[in-house]
Amino acid sequence: MATLIDAPITPEPPAKAPVGRKAGVGRLAALLVSPTLLVLGLVVAYPIVSALRLAFYQRNDGVDPETGLRLTGDRFVGIDNFTDMFVGDAGERFRNALLNTTTFTIVAVSLEVVLGILMALVMHKAFKGRALVRASILVPWAVPTAIAGLLWRWIFQADGVANDLLPGDPVLWTTDGIQAWFAVIIADTWKTAPFIGLLVLAGLQVISNEVYEAAKLDGASPWKTFWSITLPLVKPTLMVAVLFRILDTLRMFDLPYTLIGPGKNATDTVTVIAFEEAVKFGKYGPASAYAIFLFLYVAVVAFVFVRLLGADVVGARSGRNR
Amino acid sequence: MVTQGRVKRAVAVAAALALGVSACGSETESPGQSTAPPALDGVGPITLVTGKDTSGNLQNQLDGWNAAHPDQKVTLIELPEDADAQRQQMVQNAQTGSDTYTVLNLDVVWTAEFAANQWVTQLPESEFPLDKLLPATVETAKYFKRLYGIPVASDGGLLYYRKDLLDAAGVQPPTTWAELDAACAKIVPANPGLSCYAGQFEKYEGLTVNFSEAVNSAGGEVVGEDGKPVVNSENAKKGLDFLVEGVKSGRIPQKARTFKEEEGRRAFQAGELLFHRQWPYQYAEANATDGSSAVAGKFAVAPLPGLDGLGASTLGGHNYAISSFAKNKKTALDFIKHMVDEKQQRENLEKTSIAPTWASLYDEQALIEKFPYLTELKTSIEKAKKRPAVVKYQEVSSAIQEAAYSAMSGTTSSADALAKLQTRLEELTKG
Repeated sequence: MATLIDAPITPEPPAKAPVGRKAGVGRLAALLVSPTLLVLGLVVAYPIVSALRLAFYQRNDGVDPETGLRLTGDRFVGIDNFTDMFVGDAGERFRNALLNTTTFTIVAVSLEVVLGILMALVMHKAFKGRALVRASILVPWAVPTAIAGLLWRWIFQADGVANDLLPGDPVLWTTDGIQAWFAVIIADTWKTAPFIGLLVLAGLQVISNEVYEAAKLDGASPWKTFWSITLPLVKPTLMVAVLFRILDTLRMFDLPYTLIGPGKNATDTVTVIAFEEAVKFGKYGPASAYAIFLFLYVAVVAFVFVRLLGADVVGARSGRNR
Repeated sequence: MVTQGRVKRAVAVAAALALGVSACGSETESPGQSTAPPALDGVGPITLVTGKDTSGNLQNQLDGWNAAHPDQKVTLIELPEDADAQRQQMVQNAQTGSDTYTVLNLDVVWTAEFAANQWVTQLPESEFPLDKLLPATVETAKYFKRLYGIPVASDGGLLYYRKDLLDAAGVQPPTTWAELDAACAKIVPANPGLSCYAGQFEKYEGLTVNFSEAVNSAGGEVVGEDGKPVVNSENAKKGLDFLVEGVKSGRIPQKARTFKEEEGRRAFQAGELLFHRQWPYQYAEANATDGSSAVAGKFAVAPLPGLDGLGASTLGGHNYAISSFAKNKKTALDFIKHMVDEKQQRENLEKTSIAPTWASLYDEQALIEKFPYLTELKTSIEKAKKRPAVVKYQEVSSAIQEAAYSAMSGTTSSADALAKLQTRLEELTKG
């Protein structure tokens, strides 16, 4: 391994003729990227393969009735860990978590898109104090999520700020129930709408002013301008931002965990129950199965999103609108 | 396209390498099984692994030992303050069979899990002054009648009450739940902003503690002596109903369902609670005269009330155990003997107010004057019951929390919650 990385790479003299260039450069390129691939293999491929293997095993259960000592070792259980996701108590817990994960994603990302675009429009306007507004809109995004979760926990406490501002009886936000679900949505939207705002702002800045001037001359209303010019032109950037947010929200862990706490049916996401199974209960088999399922779920969602809505992630069609 | 083929091959090689690594990683050694305690050999430097030492006295104690034993130095390894995080790191250390950790400071509820997995080694009872310790605390260190740890700190729940309000109304501190209700009926309506009773009811380990306490105080049991769950009983239901009816009737304020220790302490210190089930640590904080507490000097403690007569607290505390994978176990043994000794425990109590396990300390007049709750605490610990000593404690505790939480929030009836809990516990404790 080390020899590969340390091997002195003799740079080939740049080929003069375009013929023969292909094979030589290709070999050199492969050599140059091989250390990276090796590292990627260790930090990406190995965990995935290892988790895949774990997902088909379970810890031996049961204790010796004489000594009380636990049986050691793992046993191969085939696809039991996967079928368990759909039957019994564990299955109910998993399906509930999957539902939470999905609803969080749909609702939170939709809200974030609307707010993010509004933020971007505000940040894009030329006015006094624009730098200050831009900076302050981005603050939530810069706060680490776990810290944000704890801060919102303070806000949502029984005698916290949220209940002081709201009329009527105090809402017990962090207790299990629909209010906890809303608390997570609110905190997540606060936290990540600026992210969408930032990306959309970048998209707005490349739209040429001439287009707007033309629209103005034609007598288009601001509303019409937004729908017919701004939105279509900013769509490629927006789609990338939305895709990132969807993938992120599907893996949501820290907000429900720190803000509401684990074990609440209204807010447990797939990552939360996978963490609990593995770290708290020591059941790495089911936890791996959950993680693999989520991995595939995220992959499918990303694929469908890219295919159906044409999110241009790798820049294959960049420049089309420029 | 040429490069892509190579990329694929490179990935395949990496994957193969990875598989090889994972195959090596899955084996863990297991020490031999024997009925007599294994010999504890080896003298030399060791480590003491514990949660964050918030008292600041532990290093002083270690310095004392290190000065006397320069060739057997003890190094302190501090883990996070959060109990789950501590356990997680200790488990990881054991799963990799590392000898980094020698003496483990285990929460009493972890004994069964660590012993059954043979992560800690069995200890010879004759080596320790067990008869000088509170018997209930020694029980927490045993698993299948064998000793796996030495209790160095204990903890028991106390009923904190507003002495000023009770005295003004001419009411004695309650010994039963009915008396507690009567006291509240008399005092609470006259004091706006005051609620009757709270404990730790958020969905976490504290709820397991409070639920077990309620069940034990009503004469029920969660898991019987033989390790079989018996939670679906008439008495257990009466215990759970104390909590469930409390929330329904308003005796327990709604917001107490979000209380962990600290939220409850803040409420008590703000004068919002007439009665509060809490650990001894609250005594000093609620008595602080720096303005942080509105009830300084206005409260006292009593043993927990129960259904008919005094209740039974859940036992807290910590035991020192020796990791099975450690070197220098003889030194570890001597070090534990040193730490559990009367002198060290007195010093610890005086400097940090940690509840000792050395029984006679609770009866020393000088100490009682300094810590007025000691007498009640001793009663509490002596009558205390331990939480279920089961291997899959974490899952059992989660199941208990689920049952108690759903019953207290009113989504399940207490009878249904207990019936479901019984089934779940039977699954978790079988074979």
